[in-house]
Amino acid sequence: MNMVPTKPEPAMQAQTLPTIELQGLEKWYGAFQALKNVDLTVQSSEKIVICGPSGSGKSTLIRCINQLEEIQGGTIRVNGKALTNDPKSVRAVRREIGMVFQQFNLFPHMTILENCVLGPIKVGGVPRAEAEEVAHEYLKRVRIPEQANKYPAQLSGGQQQRVAIARALCMRPKVMLFDEPTSALDPEMVNEVLDTMIDLASDGMTMICVTHEMGFARKVADRVIFMDHGEIIEENDPEQFFEAPRHERTRGFLGQIA
Amino acid sequence: MYQFNFEPVFAAFDTLLIGAWFTIQMSCMAMLLGLAVSIFGAVGKTSGVRLLNVLVDIYVEIIRNTPFLVQIYFIFFGLPALGIRMSPNQAALLALTVNFGAYGTEIIRAGINSINRGQIEAAQAIGLSWLQVLRYVVIKPALRAVYPALTSQFIFLMLGSSVVSAISATDLTAAGNDLNSLTFASFEVYLVTTAIYLMMSIAFSIAFSVIGRTWFAYPVNR
Repeated sequence: MNMVPTKPEPAMQAQTLPTIELQGLEKWYGAFQALKNVDLTVQSSEKIVICGPSGSGKSTLIRCINQLEEIQGGTIRVNGKALTNDPKSVRAVRREIGMVFQQFNLFPHMTILENCVLGPIKVGGVPRAEAEEVAHEYLKRVRIPEQANKYPAQLSGGQQQRVAIARALCMRPKVMLFDEPTSALDPEMVNEVLDTMIDLASDGMTMICVTHEMGFARKVADRVIFMDHGEIIEENDPEQFFEAPRHERTRGFLGQIA
Repeated sequence: MYQFNFEPVFAAFDTLLIGAWFTIQMSCMAMLLGLAVSIFGAVGKTSGVRLLNVLVDIYVEIIRNTPFLVQIYFIFFGLPALGIRMSPNQAALLALTVNFGAYGTEIIRAGINSINRGQIEAAQAIGLSWLQVLRYVVIKPALRAVYPALTSQFIFLMLGSSVVSAISATDLTAAGNDLNSLTFASFEVYLVTTAIYLMMSIAFSIAFSVIGRTWFAYPVNR
């Protein structure tokens, strides 16, 4: 048979589009520049760990991705689509992106289950019964199925953070952003949250994690990014990053947190 | 020595009770309507929309810086000049609603402002719209935060509603006034009237604490 070399079909191309693509991102708080010309591309299923000293812009960077912060320059593409300020498209993008915060931010007046189904029902239009089924499934996955009818204040910090992860997963996001998810936790609770994140990573979730948990970074990350003063200083695979950091400032930082 | 004579007061006790019942109904109605006004006002004030902000400010400042009695007179005696005519009871209800709305706006605004920014961000992050964030995530904890202030403002509204007797609305104070002019037993009439107001206040306080414990039953830490 006469095989003609074929171009990749459009559907194939769509699949290979990066999940997140940041180009020349600029973020200012008044006269202070929080992000300076940041470029970052994250492919589907990739796990990125971002670290850096406080004030280096790492949280700001991921908050820009789901538009909790407005950017002053550059472009953000999610699944190939450039983000705009139109409220509808902002919401559409946020549905695709799960976010886990340092302070958990569970809704105190709702039970764990209600926390998990609010988004699917009100944003996704999922019927309640189905949303609850999905919520129970994810609560099982973060290993707290028995807490569904409790209120956030009745749970430990680690449990609350796992609920926050389940709540984000209930929207069936394509990407998960973690903003220092273990920084507000008592030390003995850090691992239960990290284990949940490791599970999630092994399921193939695309993840961007701002964290100083270097053990987690070594285990899970495809790439580690070091930021300082609003810039990406170094981007490397974990082994190289920890064993042979290229940049002076990275070495300094790693020396400080080790 | 003055001879206390409660007999005529108790003989006409039902007229006082009818007045008290009217006061209760009018106050509850004004509270519910005023609460709605307050929530709209507070949402407008915190919306970040400049025009709304200014409009709410004007409303709140006018009402909070003028006497309630004058507001009632304006509505009842003043508005007919614009062709807006109301019965005394309608004018009373409107005045109470508008008045409660202004104070309530400030109280609920404080409640909304007390909500942690992270709560709002978490709600936005799952894709809720601005109105959904308010409705599902902000309002209830905000009301909980200011619930004591809100209930005392309501008690204040109920007691302040006695002023509507000035336009001959048929409330408890008006009933007391009528009874006083029939019996001239001023001490007895107003002592009993006072006691009824006091009991209504206590009853409402109890009711509010029950409502509060039911509706805001969720635990909070910190």
